Amino acid sequence: MTTFHSLYLLISREFLIAFRQRHEALNPILFFVLVCLLFPLGIGPSPQLLNAIAPGIIWAAALLAILMSLGNVFRTEYEDGTLELMVLANQPLIVLTLIKLLAHWLLNVFPLILLAPLIASALGMSFDVQLTLIVSLLLGTPVLLLVGATVATLTLVIPQNGMLLALLVLPLYVPVLIFGTSAVNATAIGMSAAGPFYVLAALCVLSLTLSPFAIVAAIKTGVSQ
Amino acid sequence: MSEFLYMGGYAFHVWTSYALAFVVLFINIVGPIVRHRKMLQSASDFQQLNEVMSDDA
Amino acid sequence: MMKWIHTMASSAWFYRFSGKMIPWLMAIFTVLFVYGLYGGLVTAPADYQQGDAFRIIYIHVPAAWMSLFIYIVMAVYAFIALVWRIKLAEVLLISSAPIGAAFTFLALVTGSLWGKPMWGTWWSWDARLTSELLLLFLYWGVIGLYAAIEDKRTASRAVSILTLIGVVNIPIIHYSVEWWNTLHQGSSVTLTDKPSMPIEMLMPLLVMATAFKVFYAISLLLRTRSELVEREPNSKWLKQVIEENEHE
Repeated sequence: MTTFHSLYLLISREFLIAFRQRHEALNPILFFVLVCLLFPLGIGPSPQLLNAIAPGIIWAAALLAILMSLGNVFRTEYEDGTLELMVLANQPLIVLTLIKLLAHWLLNVFPLILLAPLIASALGMSFDVQLTLIVSLLLGTPVLLLVGATVATLTLVIPQNGMLLALLVLPLYVPVLIFGTSAVNATAIGMSAAGPFYVLAALCVLSLTLSPFAIVAAIKTGVSQ
Repeated sequence: MSEFLYMGGYAFHVWTSYALAFVVLFINIVGPIVRHRKMLQSASDFQQLNEVMSDDA
Repeated sequence: MMKWIHTMASSAWFYRFSGKMIPWLMAIFTVLFVYGLYGGLVTAPADYQQGDAFRIIYIHVPAAWMSLFIYIVMAVYAFIALVWRIKLAEVLLISSAPIGAAFTFLALVTGSLWGKPMWGTWWSWDARLTSELLLLFLYWGVIGLYAAIEDKRTASRAVSILTLIGVVNIPIIHYSVEWWNTLHQGSSVTLTDKPSMPIEMLMPLLVMATAFKVFYAISLLLRTRSELVEREPNSKWLKQVIEENEHE
């Protein structure tokens, strides 16, 4: 069994599970849209105001949607014992982890990024700013997912970990949020978004290289309990 | 002396800051000392209990 | 060398060593603290623009320096605990967190008290204040996560990983005044350049900073001792200590 074949099996397993719970797959998307909807309804439809805060709204909504989805990252596997099997399997745990997170991102986060331009237009964002928005989300959401998954795996052993997870993860999310929105805001006022993009890219690469190891360490600790 | 306390009009800000510093430092010394005594006491009880239990066995 | 490290890492040795160190550290701290207070409140001349309100600096800046310093030290402990699995490093890590949180809190509140007369506002969402507030949440997160997990060794591993993830925030805080145009003042004291402050103003600041570091050592040793006792109630060294205490 080649590595690629087993990777393919793993990803298709994730997609199959998601497909069997289609109604749940819609949850992040619905949440994202609803949160974005709250702001024009709550603040009033003034186009200039909405245009000014649109990057923040979309980024915050995406961040919250990812936060909500973190609870599921390894939860079901932990509870039914699959996680122990994964630790004992032939495949290196890092690979399994990365595949799982890739599938999670594709299923839970990528649809949000596809929807973001639609919502951005509804909030009055111009096209080139939307482009920056998409790139910032593409760079930033992996960081959010990886860091969030690390903390979620650390709290796996705690039964009701929802609130604690959110509190632990928020200070780590804020820098990503700030850089993401400042990239979009820079384009909105006509300046270059290169600075924030470089930082986001650096954070993305940093989290991609380091968090899998942290997640594996956390999984092994949680499983050995 | 009263000029010293008055701090050029900023008495509230300056003295509250210094008072808070005192409180923080105080809590971080006294708190651990009290906890240490409690822990020693409960460890001592725990050991006595262990001895009693193993004597009965 | 390894034998020396392993001796130092043993709870028994650490307990006795810290017991002897604490009185000396208390004496050093008292001297430095009194000297710093006198220098800051009496000797230092009032600032040209800010008047006597600037004296808050002698609490605010050392507290802020400590909030960063302690987190970095915690990150070092976390690294040692994860790589070499030394239990004492785990205990030092979790004992440092409340002290760091206390200093961060002190820095934020004294900053608020200083900001009101100087900038006209108790709070602003500029980069340095916001990232310092995030640091407070990071400390609380470490304390909360450790408290939430029942098994202490698992809790320590989890907290070590969390600390290392959060260490990214430290450069952000430090360089925030350079990267963003902020309300907060830029650095007047650096390691390399000449300070932009006269020596009568600078000296109490450095003395207070050292005093706070000594204080951190005292509080850390005290807390570590209680945590060691709590973790190893049945150990031989503790039995000896309790017997010695009873003989006194």
